[in-house]
Amino acid sequence: MKPPTDTLAAPAAEATDNPVAGIDQTKGDFSYNVAYAFDAGTGLSEDTVRYISSVKKEAPWILEFRLKALKKFLSMPMPTHWATKDLENINFDKIRYYLSQGQKPKRTWDEVPDDIKRTFERLGIPEQERKFLAGVEAQFDSEAAYSNIKEVVAKQGVIFVNSTEGLREHPELFKKFFAKVIPTGDNKFSALNSAVFSGGSFIYVPKGVKVAQPLQAYFRINAENFGQFERTLIIADEGAEVTYMEGCTAPKFSTSTLHSAVVELVALKGAKIQYITVQNWANNVFNLVTKRGIAHEEAEIKWIDCNIGSRLTMKYPGVVLKGRKARGEVISIALANDGQHQDTGAKMVHAADETTSNIVAKSISVGQGRSTYRGVVHIPKHLKGCKNNTECDALLINSHSRTDTYPAITVRGDRNFVQHEASVSKVNEEMIFYMQQRGLTEGQAMSLAVNGFINDLARQFPMEYSVELKRLIDLEMEGSVG
Amino acid sequence: MSLAFSSAMSLTGSFTADVFAAHLASLPPLPDWWLERKRAAYARFAALPMPTRTDEAWRFSTITSLTLDGFSLPLPSPALPPATIGLPATAELAFVNGFLAAAVPLAAELRARGVIVDTLQHAFHHHEALIREYLLKQTARLGSAKFSALHEAFLTDGAFIYVPRGVELDQPIAVFHHSLTANGAAFPHTLIVAEDLARVTVLEYFGSSDDSQAQLAVGATDLYASHGAQITYVGKQDWSHRALSFHAHANVVRRDARIQSLNLHLGARQARHEALSQLQAPGAFSEMLALTVARENQEFDQRTLQLHQAPNTKSDLLYKNALLDEARTIFSGLIVVDQDAQKTDAYQSNRNLMLSEAAEASSLPGLEIQANDVRCTHGATSSRIDPEQEFYLQSRGIAKSAADELLTFGFFEEVLSRLTNEDLHDALRTLIQTKFKK
Repeated sequence: MKPPTDTLAAPAAEATDNPVAGIDQTKGDFSYNVAYAFDAGTGLSEDTVRYISSVKKEAPWILEFRLKALKKFLSMPMPTHWATKDLENINFDKIRYYLSQGQKPKRTWDEVPDDIKRTFERLGIPEQERKFLAGVEAQFDSEAAYSNIKEVVAKQGVIFVNSTEGLREHPELFKKFFAKVIPTGDNKFSALNSAVFSGGSFIYVPKGVKVAQPLQAYFRINAENFGQFERTLIIADEGAEVTYMEGCTAPKFSTSTLHSAVVELVALKGAKIQYITVQNWANNVFNLVTKRGIAHEEAEIKWIDCNIGSRLTMKYPGVVLKGRKARGEVISIALANDGQHQDTGAKMVHAADETTSNIVAKSISVGQGRSTYRGVVHIPKHLKGCKNNTECDALLINSHSRTDTYPAITVRGDRNFVQHEASVSKVNEEMIFYMQQRGLTEGQAMSLAVNGFINDLARQFPMEYSVELKRLIDLEMEGSVG
Repeated sequence: MSLAFSSAMSLTGSFTADVFAAHLASLPPLPDWWLERKRAAYARFAALPMPTRTDEAWRFSTITSLTLDGFSLPLPSPALPPATIGLPATAELAFVNGFLAAAVPLAAELRARGVIVDTLQHAFHHHEALIREYLLKQTARLGSAKFSALHEAFLTDGAFIYVPRGVELDQPIAVFHHSLTANGAAFPHTLIVAEDLARVTVLEYFGSSDDSQAQLAVGATDLYASHGAQITYVGKQDWSHRALSFHAHANVVRRDARIQSLNLHLGARQARHEALSQLQAPGAFSEMLALTVARENQEFDQRTLQLHQAPNTKSDLLYKNALLDEARTIFSGLIVVDQDAQKTDAYQSNRNLMLSEAAEASSLPGLEIQANDVRCTHGATSSRIDPEQEFYLQSRGIAKSAADELLTFGFFEEVLSRLTNEDLHDALRTLIQTKFKK
């Protein structure tokens, strides 16, 4: 796809110093001058919150919810007693909390304003939609510019709208679960999201409906100093099945950008939700996301989480296993390159008998990159037949790369079983030597070895994503040896 | 605010400035540098806050019961409870309430070769240079800075063991610490220094005579293995079941040296044990072992740090907990590999055997790796006795209770069998089995 040149405003940093990071970032590294009709200004106050709520024409209870959340956010300390001090570099007064051209997403790409449409075309979204998606929502800064669901899927009663529409048009349905999985005060950033949330998807899949193709959301940050706070709630009714994919990119600005989403999943009896993320934010984005699901009886929630971009990602997808035989799974891949800290992990809270959870996390640290695994597994008293398996493997490529592992596992009683294993290693020299001896360059050999390291996880991604993932890793690995 | 007031009150608990002054006045003449250090330590202790619920270093620990109130410094006691290590010893030192109560001196031949088994009180005057070089030189890195300062401020006496270059001791040296007074505070201390190529085994025992006495124990054990030295250490903690115990254990391992330490945790109501291994030069190897039998409402809180500071070092940690009744255990381990510590081989494993419905085990096995050419792995499991193994034994006609006992002993055996000294192995096996049946 040829990049448009006419109104290319904020000049994307051309060739960056680091050829490794540079190549990968180019795909999302561009931005356009967009005239925003709605702008909450810079900084955060009660007025900001009131402004957002009023332009969205929200019900009074939502405004009240937002204002309460703002108070909570302001009263909570930064979690730097366990998290990285880099969080202190976020200047909440310099962030723009709401930017949009309107609150109503378009149903066809033709209606989408040209500059925004160009962005998504360049990212390949309309093309993917035609090829293999059941529905797409494309969020540009604060609001979805486009949102559509295939007619056959809509006819089955599936609701796929953005959060503004969801709360306005289906309050009885979403209010019941909204902020119930992740309460406002869960952490400082979930409180912030609750105060200023905008965008994100609201999905309801009726009883027994199995959505064959994935629903996709694409989150795009275009403006500098911007904070994106989408809020997603997915409800799969009894026996329903749905796969949701999200992708994210942003241009690389010299100032930092904040992305702080809240994602809540509810899988009712026997339902299955699969949530796939490929995060490829630019290296100036603070990506601080709270993701959690509740799995009722015999339900299954699976998070597939891939973090390649951002300056700092802190994300620990969780599952509360609330019903008997519920199952939770987190598959996580993280790649940390120079200037990046991927602080990711998983949280499994067992709250019923015979619940099982599985966590497989693999991280790769390249150059001066740092990857961290943090996990919580909690099996409280008087449960029986609960099982957890956790594996985390870290690969260190260069001598300045860093990796940390901080799991926390609590088990009560003698009727449950947990096991945790972690390993840290470097790429096997003999393997590299063997491949070089067969004519591969060291770089090619390294790429192959790293792809082999994550291969069993990458295979769980939908085909299009796993191909993309392999390509991204090849690019990230280029020039990283030596 | 009353809250602020009460927390200010509990900063020193029973160990007020007056109590400290009285403690200093009660001591025999001591070198000025040591008195100076004690005063500085007291100031640190008094200034540092008590752990709080949000302290990462105290995650999962019960904070509310960490009180320093209601304790006093006990007087010497004429009683000396019988205690034996079940093995012939080269030398023995027994402390009661922190004062030397009995000693079996070293053979003259070993003394002539420069081996020292002495009290700290005596060593302050006769081996001052060595004491000054090694005593309490390990900073508390695992959360107990306040309690380590308290230990230093009130440390009265302890054991000093020194093995000079090339001397190898075949039989162990035994150190006993008894705490025999209700509400008494004990500050046991053992310092072991093995010079180049020296070899020594030390067994240390901590105990009370009465399991119903509330007590406080704030102890420290420091081991230094110089180039090519080998130290085997076994510590057995069997304080009163109403005691509150803090213990700091440090291994400092130099080139090609090896320290094997095994800590048995049996006593106390709440016991915090912080163990550090510092691998300072190539070829250093530290093996850190622990066995815990947690019963009733006991809480064992074990925090470990394996610090790899040089290339080609190795550490291997295995901590096993058997949990009965409503007991709680916490294991928090961290392997830190410095940037230039290439070729590190580090292992960390925590196994919890859940033997009751209400027991609770928490594991925090952590890694912080900054070198790329390393092999670091850790594992943690919590589970009950394997039903298949149980079934196998039952199918061979062994009653379920006997089968469970056998399997539990098998669980312990993996740790005990790491001891290369067979006599020591047998003695400990008997001890732990007796204790478990109780």
